[in-house]
Amino acid sequence: MPTSGDKLIEIRIHGRGGQGNVVAAYLLAAAAFEDGSFGQAFPSFGPERRGAPVTAFVRIADHPVRRRCQVTTPSFLLVQDEALLRTGDITAGLGEKGAILVNSSRPAEELPAARNFKLVTIPATALAQQMLGRPVPNTALAAAFLALTKLVSLSALEAALAQQFSGETLDRNTRLVREAAQMVPAGAWKELCDGAAA
Amino acid sequence: MAQPLEGSQAMARAVALCRPQVVAAYPITPQTHIVENLAKLIADGALACELVSVESEFSAASVALGAAVAGSRAYTATSSQGLLLMTEVLFNIAGLRVPLVLTCANRAVGAPVSVWNDHQDSMAVRDAGWVQLYCADNQEAVDTTIHAFRIAERCELPVMVCVDGFTLTHTLEPLELPTQEQVDAFLGPYAFSRALDPANPLSMGTLLSPEFFPEIRHAHHRALLNAQDEIIATDRAWQNISGRSTGGLLSVEGPQEARLAILTIGSILGTLAEAQAESHDRTPAKLIKLRAFRPFPVDALKQECAGLDDLIVLERAVSPGGGGIIAAEVRAALSELSRPPRVHSYAIGLGGRDVPMTVYPQLLAAAQAATPSRFAVFDLQPAKLAETDR
Repeated sequence: MPTSGDKLIEIRIHGRGGQGNVVAAYLLAAAAFEDGSFGQAFPSFGPERRGAPVTAFVRIADHPVRRRCQVTTPSFLLVQDEALLRTGDITAGLGEKGAILVNSSRPAEELPAARNFKLVTIPATALAQQMLGRPVPNTALAAAFLALTKLVSLSALEAALAQQFSGETLDRNTRLVREAAQMVPAGAWKELCDGAAA
Repeated sequence: MAQPLEGSQAMARAVALCRPQVVAAYPITPQTHIVENLAKLIADGALACELVSVESEFSAASVALGAAVAGSRAYTATSSQGLLLMTEVLFNIAGLRVPLVLTCANRAVGAPVSVWNDHQDSMAVRDAGWVQLYCADNQEAVDTTIHAFRIAERCELPVMVCVDGFTLTHTLEPLELPTQEQVDAFLGPYAFSRALDPANPLSMGTLLSPEFFPEIRHAHHRALLNAQDEIIATDRAWQNISGRSTGGLLSVEGPQEARLAILTIGSILGTLAEAQAESHDRTPAKLIKLRAFRPFPVDALKQECAGLDDLIVLERAVSPGGGGIIAAEVRAALSELSRPPRVHSYAIGLGGRDVPMTVYPQLLAAAQAATPSRFAVFDLQPAKLAETDR
């Protein structure tokens, strides 16, 4: 039975239908599992339409996760489309110590949300287009997130990808993970995870 | 060995391990991924099974009925309006005492249209004569799916495995799948004593005069009551193989000596259990997970509720003009106790409204009410309603 103080990190992913939001959530939870942690991931259950705003949730813990409520007070946001930062209140519930990773080709300081939260950007769509030939930002964003937080090892992420892909596709994804991880300051958000608890 | 899997994918693989020979289904959210995954297993050659694509849920249930009667292990899955479109066939499957398994990915029933989770669909067919088992997590969904075929075939009753749509079907979490050898040993090949056989012709579903009808209804009711023993025995037998129990008819966690209990059904349990673990309340409630709704476990419930002062029944459906569906049955069952607890009846999470952990302390507070709630929607936001509708 989990008790208060057990480690539990909650992440919310914001994107648009077609950007692989649920896949990104599943990938992070599966990577946590590969690393010996417990992961839970689920979508926010909206109507599935390409282009519509979509939310997905991830919990990573050192104990089995039993709660099934939506993530309303995340420690981290992963934003797959920077335009979503201007529409609606996607930072709702993000704590003062929260941090946002945004798929954007612009420097972090150009995004208004950087005034209130720690914010890092990575050009995930361009990177995926270049390395996979597809403009799907999810894997690069997940890799950059794990590099920033050290929440789960990159080798565990690669192991989770190996459960889904093989051959040339896996090789390209593995290279993408390594490239994306190098584009952000390694471990910069690590202490934000140490402070988070259930 | 555990592995991270999406609920629907895990359930599909559990079904495949049971070696169904015929699967018939029509797509409907949030059930679709289950049959999609089964279709893939069949297309990949991993499962030898005939997948019948049909034009409606009525036909899906009819094909499953026909297949089971013709001697094949049969399976179907649906949700919401799809389950209701099956209703006539559901009564026939049960009335003919045909063993087959249906997964209901629970979803609200329109109007208004909602794709999200509640239990209105399966509750609406509670009187069809099926066994209904509800799952609290995806491990239970996997194990209950396997139980279901054994219970169905041993009791000659259809079994509905109820899993919360999206909340379970679309959640990825670590779980264990058994081996094929384990499931083969547990289930054995499909056997139906009245399977159609040209060498031994037999009619099913014929007109029955009043001379025998009440006896058939009585026998069906009796069969469901007797299924309680098989549900418990199946859970124990599976525990011996897998090491996991899903609690049989119902299970309890929290302090045995508690004077307050919260009875839940489906996947809400884990949220309340974690809220309870984090709460600083000195007198925590015990949590009763109702797994079998049909047959309704009157004796097991009386045993767990004897000595309680208060019982909160939390359910995800409503009988408009009546109130709580499970609560009404719980009140009737507990009226047999010399000192029944006060029963507080609430619906929560209707149409997929999120049930946050903060409801746990709110429930404890509600149990202190001078008069227990006859029925209310616990998470109602009255300000959204016109004055006359509050």
